[in-house]
Amino acid sequence: MFKKLAIGAAFALALTPAASIAAGGGEQHIEDFAFSFEGPFGTWDQHQLQRGLQIYTEVCAACHGLQYVPLRDLEALGYSEEEVIAYAAGNFEVFDPELDDFRPAIPTDHFPANTGVGAPDLSLMAKARAGFHGPYGLGINQLVKGMGGAEYIASLLHGYTGHEKEEAGTVLYENTAFPGGWISMAPPLADEQVEFADGHSNTVEHMAEDVAAFLMWAAEPKLTDRKNAGFVGVIFLTVLSVLLYLVNKRLWAPHKGKLRKED
Amino acid sequence: MSHAEDHEGTRRDFLYYVAGGAGVVATGAAVWPLINQMNPSADVQALSSIRVDVSGVEPGTQLTVKWLGKPVFVRHRTGAEIQEAQEQDAEGVDALPDPLARNFNLSADAPATDANRVMPSPEGEAPGAWVVQMGVCTHLGCVPLGDAGDFGGWFCPCHGSHYDLAGRIRKGPAPENLPIPPAEWVDNGTIKLG
Amino acid sequence: MSGIPHDHYEPKTNGEKWLNSRLPIVGLLYDTLMIPTPKNLNWWWIWGIVLAFCLALQIVTGIILVMHYTPHVDLAFASIEHIMRNVNGGYFIRYLHMNGASLFFVAVYIHIFRGLFYGSYKAPREITWIVGMLIYLMMMGTAFMGYVLPWGQMSFWGATVITGLFGAIPFVGDAIQTWLLGGPAVDNATLNRFFSLHYLLPFIIAALVVVHIWAFHTTGNNNPTGVEVRRGSKDEAKKDTLPFWPYFVIKDLFALAVILVVFWAVVGFMPNYLGHPDNYIEANPLVTPAHIVPEWYFLPFYAILRAFTGEVWVVQFASFITGGIVDAKFFGVLAMFGAILAMALAPWLDTSSVRSGKYRPMLKWWFYLLIIDFFALMWLGAMPAEEPYATFSLIASAYWFAYFFVILPILGVIEKPLAQPETIEEDFNAHYGKADADATPAE
Repeated sequence: MFKKLAIGAAFALALTPAASIAAGGGEQHIEDFAFSFEGPFGTWDQHQLQRGLQIYTEVCAACHGLQYVPLRDLEALGYSEEEVIAYAAGNFEVFDPELDDFRPAIPTDHFPANTGVGAPDLSLMAKARAGFHGPYGLGINQLVKGMGGAEYIASLLHGYTGHEKEEAGTVLYENTAFPGGWISMAPPLADEQVEFADGHSNTVEHMAEDVAAFLMWAAEPKLTDRKNAGFVGVIFLTVLSVLLYLVNKRLWAPHKGKLRKED
Repeated sequence: MSHAEDHEGTRRDFLYYVAGGAGVVATGAAVWPLINQMNPSADVQALSSIRVDVSGVEPGTQLTVKWLGKPVFVRHRTGAEIQEAQEQDAEGVDALPDPLARNFNLSADAPATDANRVMPSPEGEAPGAWVVQMGVCTHLGCVPLGDAGDFGGWFCPCHGSHYDLAGRIRKGPAPENLPIPPAEWVDNGTIKLG
Repeated sequence: MSGIPHDHYEPKTNGEKWLNSRLPIVGLLYDTLMIPTPKNLNWWWIWGIVLAFCLALQIVTGIILVMHYTPHVDLAFASIEHIMRNVNGGYFIRYLHMNGASLFFVAVYIHIFRGLFYGSYKAPREITWIVGMLIYLMMMGTAFMGYVLPWGQMSFWGATVITGLFGAIPFVGDAIQTWLLGGPAVDNATLNRFFSLHYLLPFIIAALVVVHIWAFHTTGNNNPTGVEVRRGSKDEAKKDTLPFWPYFVIKDLFALAVILVVFWAVVGFMPNYLGHPDNYIEANPLVTPAHIVPEWYFLPFYAILRAFTGEVWVVQFASFITGGIVDAKFFGVLAMFGAILAMALAPWLDTSSVRSGKYRPMLKWWFYLLIIDFFALMWLGAMPAEEPYATFSLIASAYWFAYFFVILPILGVIEKPLAQPETIEEDFNAHYGKADADATPAE
């Protein structure tokens, strides 16, 4: 009895993240997208990340920085060294303290910070938001659906209802995904705002997903490496457990009689 | 000892060896990341190769850039300087304090001729127009001054080493020619170091 | 070493004798490793090894993280991102360290509750228990300060709130808080001292672990029956025990491997599950997060801290008789530390003559209720401080204290214990049958 109870308890304990209760807003509507990087074996969709980068560059970068992401890491999106060099130089200028002046960015630079209009940096946004909570502070939703950072971003980007109001001199836009329901960011995406070279759909919904996937990559570039290491470790430790179980059984066998009874 | 017991013993030992082996592998796999994390990180590695825009370096001037934390001299030599360097060549490399080219891009025993010290020129330029070398005196690590010294090349103010127009040591305490780093042209105006 | 009689190390060669007469370290290791251990230990006795592993894991990964971390308010957050993005394998080492803290606390809580159920705290093991409680307190301090180092929003505001607890101490609170922080608010001085102490404390914990082991190697392990090992002679003791190596080392390693499968899966597949998203936002002294929630392992005591508000009659009474010196805030702090102190006092509060909860029909149920209470408090600690949670918190907190200060002392008097086995051997054989190979030992 004690054993079963305690096992159940230990399990529940392991599954109760503090995070789950964090932003208790029950009104938020977060859609559960099926991103390719989800699940134990999920990996990036490089084409999606490239589209996401294009949307970030053409739309988000106007207000939001990405200061912790090195430009050189863009090679992980499937770009060549030359393409990254061209992208960096073509899109961003950074301040070089040695020159005491601005110069075109090079791959060893980071994406620039952007504090112009007080918009938050997006480097870690996909990890700094949890799309899913609860229920009742138990964290089961996050266990099943994931933390939902990318889902939150995608939901936010097409969660605008079209209503707006003015408060203390600021225009607020109603958004079904934003905690509190009113956000100061104007709807950033419009249908067909960005043209993709491969002719991929550029509706707001699709673009929201693409840029959310890109921001997930920006926040957690080592996601696939991590899962691989996790997978190899789990397999190996399982084998080790089985071996140790057999060794343990054999070791104890001479000291245990034939009578077997459950504890 | 009966045959059956013997067989049993072997099987038991085998299990212990496999489990022990797996334990050793686990330990090894756990230790390697602990060692590897001290190797240069990605940001440091990324700086091991830089691109230098030299399109603005006029003949007769030089650009000093920082690479791997040290200065690199990129010298655009004039026609007269090329000629003078080649004349210095005529004295023969064996007469030099250091007869080796010290050029990373060539084999270690290449002789210190002017041709072995210079970058291959990009299209439309005279051979020998570009010299790229580490700006670190081979004596005790000071940074030599350009356009100075008895041989028209570099002069180290610390202990008076004179380098010629190809960065070869000619006079003074320095034991070796200025080393030439891995360098290549990416396009006509850009050199890639490292 | 006193305690259970067993064979000691005998130096044989001249070299061994030479070393032994100068430094008897081999003998010490031998006696520690070959310590006679009750052979009926069940699977609840594996968490000590898990804890030792956690301490080693945290120290090793911690030392590595320090090689790349910068303890400065302007650079700390960025240096964590440097570890996550640039350092070879840094992201995994950091996630191991992050989740290692959680595994550490899972293990320590099970370890503590195992001790509470089987009466491991009772005489003559009070010192083991007290040292264990000190280790637990130091773990909490270490974990709290470690959580500040990434310098995220939760780091900053967690530090602000927790150091604020010390500000509740009457008369000297403000001075103590300022002294702790090195200034009027959490800032660079705070970060640097927390970094220093976060590095230091694990080594003090390691030293306390040695004392902890020393203490229970002197008294011998407790076991599920609570019946002591017979010590009349070596032969008698051998019937109740088996040497720690290899029997318990292998058993514990097996259990550790199984636990690590789960741990590895968490680190590999959902490393941020137990963390807080707000800590991926750099600390900002001007913006407070909507909900400040401590890490899950602090939640039960956080709930007790918040339970005692000014409306509670106990608090009002305490305030009245102390002339207002003990206000609600200070009472909460006292309650929180008192909840841990209550556990530490268990050896003297428990009046029962029987050690193991297995043979205490009434205690069992009160104990299960305590486990439920613990999880209830953990959940309540994460809920907003409003009704009905406030009332629930108060009830759950009250039960926590009642268990230690009322139930444990009274049960010892009124409870009728069940029959216990005479010896550990008897208990073991009842489970597994008398070994037919008793005459022929393992090898």
